[in-house]
Amino acid sequence: MSDLVVIGLELAVVLTGMGVLLAELWVSPAQRRRLGQGVALALGLVLLASFAITLEPSRTAFGGMYVLDELALFFKRLFLLAALLVTVIALEFADRFEAGHSEYHALTLFALAGMMFAASAQHFALLFVAVELVTVAFYVLVSFTRRRVTALEAGVKYLILGALASAFLVFGIALVYAATGTLAFEALAGRLETFTGNRLVVAGLLLVGAGLGFKLAVVPFQIWVPDVYQGAPFPTTAFLSVGSKAAGVVLLLRVLFEAAPELTARSGPLLPLLAGLTMGYGVLGAIPQRSLRRLMGYSSIANAGFLLVGVATRTGEGIGAVLFYLAGYVFAVLLVFLVATLVWRGAETDEIPALGGLSRRAPGLAAALTLGAASLAGIPPLAGFMGKFLLIRAAIQGGAENPTLYWLAAITLVAAVVAIYYYFGLVRAVYWGEEVTGAGSVPVSRPARLALVVCAGGVVGLGLFPGLVLGWARQAATGLSF
Amino acid sequence: MANLTFIVFCPLVAALVIALLPRTFNVLFRLLALGATFLSLVGAVRVFLALEPGAAGLQFEHRVPWIAALGIGYHVGVDGLNAGLLLMGALVAFAAVCVSREITERQQVYYVLLLLMAGGILGAFVSFDLFLLYVFHELALVPTFILIGLWGRGEDRNFATFQITLYLSLGALIALAGLIALYVQAGADTFNLPELTRRLAAQPLAASAQSVIFGLLLFGFGVLVSLWPFHTWAPTGYAAAPTAAAMLHAGVLKKFGLYGLIRVALPLLPEGARDWANVLAWLALGNILYCGLVAMRQRDLNLLIGNSSVAHMGFAFLGIASLSVVGVTGTVVVMIAHGLLAALSFAVSGYLHQHLRTVNLDQLGGLLRTLPFLGGVMVMAMFAGCGLPGFANFPGEVLTLFGAWPSHPTVVVLAAWGALVIAAVYMLRAARALWHGPLPERWREARDARGAWVRLPFALLLGALVIFGCAPRLLTDQIRPVVARLVKPASKAVAAPALAVATPAIRSTAPPPASQPEVTQ
Repeated sequence: MSDLVVIGLELAVVLTGMGVLLAELWVSPAQRRRLGQGVALALGLVLLASFAITLEPSRTAFGGMYVLDELALFFKRLFLLAALLVTVIALEFADRFEAGHSEYHALTLFALAGMMFAASAQHFALLFVAVELVTVAFYVLVSFTRRRVTALEAGVKYLILGALASAFLVFGIALVYAATGTLAFEALAGRLETFTGNRLVVAGLLLVGAGLGFKLAVVPFQIWVPDVYQGAPFPTTAFLSVGSKAAGVVLLLRVLFEAAPELTARSGPLLPLLAGLTMGYGVLGAIPQRSLRRLMGYSSIANAGFLLVGVATRTGEGIGAVLFYLAGYVFAVLLVFLVATLVWRGAETDEIPALGGLSRRAPGLAAALTLGAASLAGIPPLAGFMGKFLLIRAAIQGGAENPTLYWLAAITLVAAVVAIYYYFGLVRAVYWGEEVTGAGSVPVSRPARLALVVCAGGVVGLGLFPGLVLGWARQAATGLSF
Repeated sequence: MANLTFIVFCPLVAALVIALLPRTFNVLFRLLALGATFLSLVGAVRVFLALEPGAAGLQFEHRVPWIAALGIGYHVGVDGLNAGLLLMGALVAFAAVCVSREITERQQVYYVLLLLMAGGILGAFVSFDLFLLYVFHELALVPTFILIGLWGRGEDRNFATFQITLYLSLGALIALAGLIALYVQAGADTFNLPELTRRLAAQPLAASAQSVIFGLLLFGFGVLVSLWPFHTWAPTGYAAAPTAAAMLHAGVLKKFGLYGLIRVALPLLPEGARDWANVLAWLALGNILYCGLVAMRQRDLNLLIGNSSVAHMGFAFLGIASLSVVGVTGTVVVMIAHGLLAALSFAVSGYLHQHLRTVNLDQLGGLLRTLPFLGGVMVMAMFAGCGLPGFANFPGEVLTLFGAWPSHPTVVVLAAWGALVIAAVYMLRAARALWHGPLPERWREARDARGAWVRLPFALLLGALVIFGCAPRLLTDQIRPVVARLVKPASKAVAAPALAVATPAIRSTAPPPASQPEVTQ
């Protein structure tokens, strides 16, 4: 019974999802929109409830497979917030679904539950189940607009590569179990000392890393990202780029610093190398893009690289920076997707030049998009800048012990400058791109307006007053061992 | 009103108010912008007059905790070094809003961006927290980008917007890396400049670390100031920018990098400064000679002013490279003088562009007959640009040359040649092409600036140039004591080995100017 109390947040989310599925039986088609609003409301309530949880001491469930600690709670709040905003985006996007509105919301909720479980994983079995729950829900979400060929293409690509990644993951877990005889992180960390030279363990953990790298979009597991992002509906792309990625981050942190801290400490230049490659691939790939979703796909790869910079420092400062960066990233990305969804309501395009003249048609939305792009580009005083600042600071701080990090900091700087180029391309299109003929003003519904204010407030607020969230992030990072 | 926070936030709050007003209140936007920058200007004048020269420490200080977890605070103040810069910045900001009459489309966005830029610039010059300094400076980045893109001119403005944005971001990020490294190495867990100074005075960094960090700051800030050979963004950017943005950028924002070098790099990294002084002196010569020669070839007035402005930055760098009180004082005077001069030149050029639709020197001529007021202003600005006594540029450039003589005599010889001959050639040739000769038929009807309001910005800027030119003591008396404190560690670092080797002969052949005994200490 007490186990069910500990997983109360996840339970609430799953029950909401089932409730939505059931409710469709009684709700008339005209009232469908209400359903989505109800989901958003419920998520808001769960998010509020998460602040009522006290963690003294941190609680576990299912015999230690599941833990509710600061790190888990930080990510659960992040996921809830992201899902809440994604639901608002989905509400605006709903006209483009032919059917299955409530299924879309329910699947989002199930994916959310998977992410929330992932944040608490203390055991490879829970890790695998959580990842599968997220991935399977996304298989459907990606190809939800099923009459569009690009959506189907994206769905198939995601399915095949996702299955491949799952295979890596489960094979890696099997190898680890074969060598050490345990799947629990804590037990594994305790026994790892005797297995440091064991190739089976190393291979197993590398395969697990590959499986997670797929979620995170880290080079060399990033190939699927641009195509899938481009084909998926806007809300799905948004959720993929914030939720799925953040789930990958928290699992990576758990595995690196809870299950295998010994091996992580001896990983040498592997993490900095991956971080550098990922940033480089992402920013260079983004330069020629014309499709907004494709651009955001490459930007998502680049951001995975930025996040890895913090992970590669292997310090509390670095991990705190990663968590803070993610928080700012969620607001900025969702701001961009929200504006894009509103602007291209009813249009089939997502070409960046089609944003032309937006600053005349909808100055508010133009300003919001500029804010989001500027934050992603890392312009002060916005959240994205604060995040990059913390990451670079952590890298330079760690450089005293590990000189590779100085190089990583230098690569991060260059990547940040390149990133400015393509994000400012959005600003250019909005302000002095060629005007699109026949486009009228853009109506903004009340929930969307509220979501815009929340996102813009988050982007500015986290930049100007980062103290509170930074405190949470640092607190969350203390539980990991470096 | 003599409150720094008030001066800085006046434009920022006005920007917010304008952004929140309905789109149809067109008249109000300009009035609000004028009012806000005027209040800032009045505040800056009062601060400048009320400042006690030579007093130790900061005046008009205001400190508020901000991000305690990172050792970041809101800390503003003035001393002799930045009071003049603040005044110059506020003056240029007001003038920039004055000349923005030419903007008739989308005034709301325009004034919001312009005021954001102005507030950021003023804030950067009074910040005593390194993080705050950086944030204020970067506040201008997005507005510059959009201003040039939306209201800019010329066919390659699209290229120019990206070039200026990427160059400035690169410079700013390199400088940021340097600042973070400084923070990490100092180990004081604070970005507060006075505290860092105390800490590093007690425990200076290792010479190698100083050298690396100074290099980062030098090139980071250097890119922002268009240090040769990283200057190519400046002329094209200014040529494409709308008048007000060019005035603020070339006049004020560009001085931020120099300010950073003097305020942060010289006092905190004296050993590093010594390592890089020679390199800097020769790069400065690149600015003066190379960009001067490039300016000679320009047929577009804006490009000419832009290149000449890059060339003038060479004197500022040379003054810093001298690591002497005289030289660095000269640098600060050059910064103020050139800020006024660049703003004035771009204002005139903007007026010409607005009324004649071209600033190509080959198509213009004889305009002094139809535009006597503007012509007079511009000719004086050009004389100021050649370093004619009576304008503020003269004392500044002379001081930098005097200051640099003991340590870099070769560079000074070449630089003086560049200053006197090259600048005179391109300025006088431009004056001839613009104002003398036959007046083409199509410009007979050109309208001169009429009315007090139209003439006000030109008169203010030119007046300040002449006042500070005739009475440079107004500036130097304030600047010198502060610079003496900031340069002391670095000049000691130079003086010790230099004196050991230094021949009495060199010192006797280089008589220091009478009023500057510090050099030979």
